[in-house]
Amino acid sequence: MLRRTILKVGAAMALVTSLATVASAELSGPVNYVIPFGPGGESDISARMQQPFFKEKFGQDLVVSYQPGGGGAVGWASLNGLSSDGQTIMGVNLPHIVIKPAQKDVGFKTEDLNIFHMFHFTPDAIVVTADSPYQTLEDLVADAKANPGQVTISGSGKASANHLAQIKFDKMTGAMTTYVPFKGTGAAVTALLGKQVKAEWGYTTVGAAQGDAVRMLAVAMEERHPLFPDVPTFKELGYDMVGGAYRGIALPNTASDETTKMWSDMISAVNADEAFRQKMLDAGFALLDVDAAGMDAFMAERKEEYLKDAREAGLIK
Amino acid sequence: MNLDHFLTAVTPFNLCLALFGVAAGTIVGSIPGLTATMALAVLVPITFSMDPASALILLGAIYTGALYGGAYAAILLNTPGTPSAIATTFDGYPMAKRGDGDLAVALACFASVCGGLIGAFALLLLAPPLSKVALAFGPVEYFWLSVFGLSLIASLSTGNLMKGLAGGAFGMILSTVGVAEISADIRLTFGSQTLISGFGVVGTLIGLYCIPVLIDLVAVPDRHLKVEKDVKSVRIGEAFGLAMRSKFNLIRSSIIGTLVGILPGAGGSVAGLVAYSEVKRGAKPHQKFGEGEPDGIMAVESANNATVGGGFIPTLVLGIPGTPPDAIVLGALLVQGVRTGPTMFQQSGSIVYTFIYGLIIATIMMLPAGLLIGRYAYKSIVTIPKAVLVPAVGFMTIIGTFAIRNSISDVVIMLCLGVFGWVVARFGFAASPIVLGLILGPIAEQGFVQGWTIGAATNNLTGMFFGRPISQGIIAFTLITLVLPVFMARRRAKATEGATE
Repeated sequence: MLRRTILKVGAAMALVTSLATVASAELSGPVNYVIPFGPGGESDISARMQQPFFKEKFGQDLVVSYQPGGGGAVGWASLNGLSSDGQTIMGVNLPHIVIKPAQKDVGFKTEDLNIFHMFHFTPDAIVVTADSPYQTLEDLVADAKANPGQVTISGSGKASANHLAQIKFDKMTGAMTTYVPFKGTGAAVTALLGKQVKAEWGYTTVGAAQGDAVRMLAVAMEERHPLFPDVPTFKELGYDMVGGAYRGIALPNTASDETTKMWSDMISAVNADEAFRQKMLDAGFALLDVDAAGMDAFMAERKEEYLKDAREAGLIK
Repeated sequence: MNLDHFLTAVTPFNLCLALFGVAAGTIVGSIPGLTATMALAVLVPITFSMDPASALILLGAIYTGALYGGAYAAILLNTPGTPSAIATTFDGYPMAKRGDGDLAVALACFASVCGGLIGAFALLLLAPPLSKVALAFGPVEYFWLSVFGLSLIASLSTGNLMKGLAGGAFGMILSTVGVAEISADIRLTFGSQTLISGFGVVGTLIGLYCIPVLIDLVAVPDRHLKVEKDVKSVRIGEAFGLAMRSKFNLIRSSIIGTLVGILPGAGGSVAGLVAYSEVKRGAKPHQKFGEGEPDGIMAVESANNATVGGGFIPTLVLGIPGTPPDAIVLGALLVQGVRTGPTMFQQSGSIVYTFIYGLIIATIMMLPAGLLIGRYAYKSIVTIPKAVLVPAVGFMTIIGTFAIRNSISDVVIMLCLGVFGWVVARFGFAASPIVLGLILGPIAEQGFVQGWTIGAATNNLTGMFFGRPISQGIIAFTLITLVLPVFMARRRAKATEGATE
């Protein structure tokens, strides 16, 4: 009996010490936060949003640097060769990290990425200019059905979140629109504002940034975005579309479990900050709280859906 | 827009920031590979602990300084410190070679200040109406603009048209390597992982311009730059006189720079080239462009600094960044909770106007700071013995290329391109057409694909490409640029024929 108690105490102590070593994984200086795109995009801006809150909570700077190339592939292909001491992290984006390796060998595989947190997404939205004849989503769908292919819609890139959304929506409605790919959301919005196209497949962030100059016809969320109480969801209008571009952060896959856990906890703490959440919402983002423990299940679900959509659209074999 | 904002901008603290920013930017910009984008990205977190207007003044000052600093390496080493300074090499390096490097640096400073001021005043006074220019440019206009830019190859390489065009075509092929920007296809990588990232503009720039210069420095025994026996300490007076005589050139180039700066995606390199070809078109008989003509430097440097103010117009009015540094400033504003976009000038007017005044002050600060740093840079490049200069510059090219995205393969590509550039230069192929093709190729391709997609969808391809007024204007300019040199050459040939008879 006594011996068993001693064993139990010993086991408990071992557990406590191991917990203590978990807690002892810590940062030794400023963190290099690599964004595998150029500046000004949603990935950059959301990283900038995290900077002050991270500094306040953990006392270290997140230093953002850009490593653009290959639509993010150059950065992700280099990630696992970087130092695994927890001082270097890199942004990851869905659907990019699923679609790109499925198309061709781009130097990394989706499973190779050690993603420890998915902290937000930008919900898909159809955006038109304020003076557009399309008052509602039905106006656009009706026009696209009456004039197949004549409704031109800009978006960021091909085989991207915007493009997948366009393909999916066309299939759902039976309408036929023409997707015009641009280099990044900024260029796609410029084309919309300049009336080069009739609508844009964008995100809620576009509605937040452009204010009165644009009108969103619908957003791909479960419930309405708090910043846009008057904009209906696709679901309300009878189209089962929820999603967008998801963004998270990864470590090199050689990082220890302790380091991964530490980072997952730290980003969870930033994400739990009310002031941070409010700032993100004000800029049109939607928050997401998938930490390291829930990542496998989340990724499996997203991967299945993206691959199915992309295969049906003929983007991958 | 009133005196309050001006007074907020001129606090001693802000003045110090502006001075520091301009000086730091000038130094960063003068080193090939280190870009304004990089400097700004690192400094943005400072904006969180500072009052937003001060932080923005600092960021704007660094950006302005970096565009001017790019001229140093262009003039003294024939290597553009930033892509915006490509056309500065055309006349800057020949001037330096014949011993007028100090004059060229001072000229660049006056021109940059003039361009920066005109761009900033356009931003202050005319931002909302000018932002419409950005929207009037659709995919087709960008396509024709880049075709126009490529046609400048013809005007830049008189007598060597075919070699210029071949270089441009080669640059365009280089630009297609890697993941295509909008179609996401992977092209011309031959299965190599290294080539997926493609040929970056800055790395290619360093390779094609700097490495051949270094090889030549080692290959010939002469001094790098000719030094006059009686080195006059400063030639500011002479430079100022030249600048005053070229008022018209400076103002026209600054306006070109402002307008091109407004177009998101065109940028300082295109602005400099357009301004250069304009001044060259109106050349007087005694002016020899490409052989050290002061007007050439002034046109390019005033135009590329005018893109700072011009680029902030769509950034602040439409929330659409014109250049990567604009995008970083926009991000900093967003984090501060400043809403960019149509209502910004009303809602966040005080920050915006303080920033614009700060930009103007920083540009004026560039005059003393730029002349001082320029003089120092010139003296050190001229007096340093070759045995120190070559390894030092060589070291900087490698660090600079590596720093772009921490990639060693970028360095290898840069060195290979450098040797390639040196070899083809023996056969009369210049670096500029290649780099021009690399920069303009993707703009042309994207504009063409988008224009074609929209035109085909609306069953109006001809109207799409040829029926829009702005496009027609650009096409007309392109034709003039292409035909004029041939016409002039023929007339000159006839004239000499007549003379010999």
